Amino acid sequence: MTAMIDITNAEKTFTMHLQGGVELPVVRGVSFHVAPGECVVLSGPSGAGKSSILKMIFGNYRCDGGRIGIRHQGTVIDLATAEPRQVLSIRRSTIGYVSQFLRAVPRVATSDVVAEPLIANGVARPEARARAGALLRRLNIPERLWALPPSTFSGGEQQRVNIARGFISDLPILLLDEPTASLDAANRAVVVELIEEKKRQGVAMVAIVHDDEIRHLIADRIVDVTLFASAA
Amino acid sequence: MAEQTLDDQPLLVAEDLGKNYGRLTACRDVSFALYPGEVLAVVGESGSGKSTLLQLLSAQLAPSAGRVSYRMRDGVLRDLAELGEAERRFLFRTDWGFVHQDPAQGLRMAVSAGANVGERLMAVGWNHYGRIRDTASSWLERVEIDTGRIDDAPKTYSGGMRQRLQIARNLVTEPRLVFMDEPTGGLDVSVQARLLDLMRNLVSELGLAAIVVTHDLAVARLLSHRVMVMKGGRVIETGLTDQVLDDPREPYTQLLVSSILPA
Repeated sequence: MTAMIDITNAEKTFTMHLQGGVELPVVRGVSFHVAPGECVVLSGPSGAGKSSILKMIFGNYRCDGGRIGIRHQGTVIDLATAEPRQVLSIRRSTIGYVSQFLRAVPRVATSDVVAEPLIANGVARPEARARAGALLRRLNIPERLWALPPSTFSGGEQQRVNIARGFISDLPILLLDEPTASLDAANRAVVVELIEEKKRQGVAMVAIVHDDEIRHLIADRIVDVTLFASAA
Repeated sequence: MAEQTLDDQPLLVAEDLGKNYGRLTACRDVSFALYPGEVLAVVGESGSGKSTLLQLLSAQLAPSAGRVSYRMRDGVLRDLAELGEAERRFLFRTDWGFVHQDPAQGLRMAVSAGANVGERLMAVGWNHYGRIRDTASSWLERVEIDTGRIDDAPKTYSGGMRQRLQIARNLVTEPRLVFMDEPTGGLDVSVQARLLDLMRNLVSELGLAAIVVTHDLAVARLLSHRVMVMKGGRVIETGLTDQVLDDPREPYTQLLVSSILPA
């Protein structure tokens, strides 16, 4: 089976110009691949560069060297050198990202925040809203909250809205940055179920999870990020 | 399906664009291509050359160096400096919109809101009063202005309503490209969020390309796909908006990003 993500020798260093040009090496020699239907969990202590790797795969952080091959609409594109337009196209139809924190436009209703990725891909508004509702219900967000903007919700509720938004699309790659961090046991179980469903649909996933129990439940393979530590 | 909004041919191309005022260089060596449906933010502090650049791009100012080309509706890329008067008029009246920071610059303050919107339609040959009024009224609704206020002049409107009216006036002719100069600049924060959300939806629903000049990085983050950072008249950094804002490379961009006050 051809890999959905194929990373070879990717590296990242931050140069802090405001701190006298200090160089902060984050990772180097990052190499791993992810097949369809597989969930790879990145492990390592806080600060090892797990989130940075996830952000590099999403094109949010620039990659200073190496290659990040992404299978996109039948061809492989190197995200490390892709044009902004290609990255946008990849995000629209190939890679979804569930961040740790919800970043939504103020005043937009929760159901619209969740439905937006579908609408952006041409799904009719009523159908997108219906699918958003179904996911919100599964994640135990009470229906009376759907018309409200999520900015007033509790941390756990916001995270579930974020998860619904991340899982609603049928994208072949999903990046998960601590999707269960502030959830109770019942909702954690729902997220594990959602991940299982994505696997059955052949979605390739890279996840960061601190909870050992969840990690065992979802990981097909574990990649130790400390192997990519930049010798500073 | 994924490529429905981003066509493969650029809509506007700037090549080595520059402008001098005597010995003073307002902007120089600016080159980029804007594609249909793409929103580009130009950020930088006052005096960085971003407003001059916007005027060059929208043919309100003649460049001292380089050129701007635009793909006309027949698909041919044309140098703006070589367009005939009729073609320029077509761009200004129909194919382009220009949203000014101060709505009073983009609206006629003493005539009714309906006439402000209808005027752009009449300029492109609409002459059926009923149809013009209906279209104006549906546009007021789209920008969330109570249609009961259609006969009131914008001088009786609040700042946020004026700005929304200016947007309606610009979009009614279904332009392909909209220039915006600090579109939320003069508004209260509470009004800004609503306007940004409205602009974001309109831009994506209509598949508009836009060039937005702003000094507000939050506006750039919410509205734009790509960003160009200007300093001293030059583009010093460019890339995907979230990439430039989350992983800025240039010292000046790092300074800009780190200077945002937390809410």
